[in-house]
Amino acid sequence: MTTPVSSPVRPSPHGRQQSFTDPRRNGVLTFLTALFTLYCLLPLIWLLINATKSQADFVSSFGFSFGDGFALFDNIKELFAYDDGIFARWFLNTVLYVGVGAITSTFLAALGGYGLAKHSFTGKRAFLFVVLGSISVPGIALAIPQFMLFAKLGLTDTPWAVLIPSFINPFGLYLMWVFAAEAVPNGLLDAAKIDGAGEFRTFFQIAMPLLVPATVTVLLFSFVSIWNNYFLPLIMLKDPDWYPLTIGINQWNSMSSRAGNGELLQNLVITASLVTIIPLIAAFIALQRYWQSGLSLGAVKE
Amino acid sequence: MSTVVTRHKGRQIGWAFVAPFGVLFAVVFVLPILYAAYLSLFQDRLVGGMSFVGLANYTKLLQDPQFWNGVLRVFGFTLIQVPIMLALALLLALALDSGRLHASKFMRIAIFLPYAVPAIVSTLMWGFMLGVRYGLFRSINESLGTDLNPFQPGTTLISIGVMVTWAFTGYNMLIFYSVLRAVPQELYEAAAIDGAGQFRVAWSIKLPALRGSLGITVIFSIIGTFQIFNEPQILPSMVAGSGITTFYTPNLYAYNLAFTGSQQGYAAALALVMAAITIAIAYAVQLRGLKPAREQ
Repeated sequence: MTTPVSSPVRPSPHGRQQSFTDPRRNGVLTFLTALFTLYCLLPLIWLLINATKSQADFVSSFGFSFGDGFALFDNIKELFAYDDGIFARWFLNTVLYVGVGAITSTFLAALGGYGLAKHSFTGKRAFLFVVLGSISVPGIALAIPQFMLFAKLGLTDTPWAVLIPSFINPFGLYLMWVFAAEAVPNGLLDAAKIDGAGEFRTFFQIAMPLLVPATVTVLLFSFVSIWNNYFLPLIMLKDPDWYPLTIGINQWNSMSSRAGNGELLQNLVITASLVTIIPLIAAFIALQRYWQSGLSLGAVKE
Repeated sequence: MSTVVTRHKGRQIGWAFVAPFGVLFAVVFVLPILYAAYLSLFQDRLVGGMSFVGLANYTKLLQDPQFWNGVLRVFGFTLIQVPIMLALALLLALALDSGRLHASKFMRIAIFLPYAVPAIVSTLMWGFMLGVRYGLFRSINESLGTDLNPFQPGTTLISIGVMVTWAFTGYNMLIFYSVLRAVPQELYEAAAIDGAGQFRVAWSIKLPALRGSLGITVIFSIIGTFQIFNEPQILPSMVAGSGITTFYTPNLYAYNLAFTGSQQGYAAALALVMAAITIAIAYAVQLRGLKPAREQ
């Protein structure tokens, strides 16, 4: 609203757009984008409102209005107390699966991506063909064969059944490969070798620091995909003690939906949903500087 | 090829870097697929247990109307949902990049947030919100005296489309947006000097810049919608009469065959055929383009 239109090529410190095009804010465009934003936020607003309701209020009151009482803290207390505190156990299981899975898969992707970008070896083309091809194998079509193999090996119903498949992230390897090819100068590697550094020392001390932006991106997206994973733990785990949050919430929800003899737990299901998504939303907002730039990695090729 | 790569020709140290990934890749990808291919040659019979049947599972699958019902449903769903979602993502990215919006940073983050929500939570929220038992549509029906239901056989797939579009538009939008931010400023300056308007700039500079990323988002969206499972698996426990069958999508069918019908060999055949169909489509669209500039 403030920048004049008269000098279209005037440089501006506020952003590249303002320096050469009409910078006027557009009300209609803002309104249309805001409508879509509302569509995106509406379910989250609904979740926030309904996490403050007791079970009785949830059933009786309008979805987008508050109930008679403010029961958020009671719900949270009940959530962690219900069934001997199984929810805390599910939360810790999820942290275990995410922590070990995301760190391992990101490290393996960084190591492999760097190797592919900076070294030549026999069979590299075949390796790339198979690994890049696997990006298009649908995760669910793969999970059923994984279940069959793991059942044969006696690994189902153990944490390993969820952890091992999460160690491999072919798209992460692809991102690391693209990023390492661009961001790690060959001259720097040559210099390190002339100074007598070994291959792995060169990787850890020279390349790793340069790969940080891609590492944070791959780590964050692995974090999300493991935290939100539903199908794999659904088929791999029978023992509720090893459930992650997603499967636990689903179990409570189908318990309370069973007509008649089921216990109504909807207030807990909704509060659990809220507690489940808060860490992810917080991580995305805190790390946005990294993943927003990292996202363009896989997309810009020319 | 770069100097380091050339100098190391003949050396195999590169394998040391890719070996940890490669070994686990074999355990997680290659062996399960080979084992499933092996299992798909057997049938679990009531009498005699597992018996070798050759390709019978595959010929049975190709003539299974329930399988084709699911395949056609996800195919139709993909054909409609993916273009709508990507068009919305593209328009939103162009709007956010135009510099003409109020509160554009807030809206950018807000539109992306659904990506961080697990499918179970998103299905719960939308199921409650749209459902006629607790949700908005109960209130609408009560106050207007109508009998609208977003979860009946004719409308359930549209409601699932609303959920999937909600979850993934922001992710695609951000990919487009970050590509647009990377367009060199000189291009815009040159266009401004030439007197090109906003629409001309969008058409001649921005859309061509997005072509590569469009290919990638199309592939990933197709892979995603072809394996749709979570929503139709969770919804029946929330809403009655939604018309969701045990074979509503191919993955739901495979799941039910393997875990409730205990027809492992048949489920393995189905999973492999679905993987093959998806890979074929993804390759047909563009997967060959996945290569960094320096390597080409």
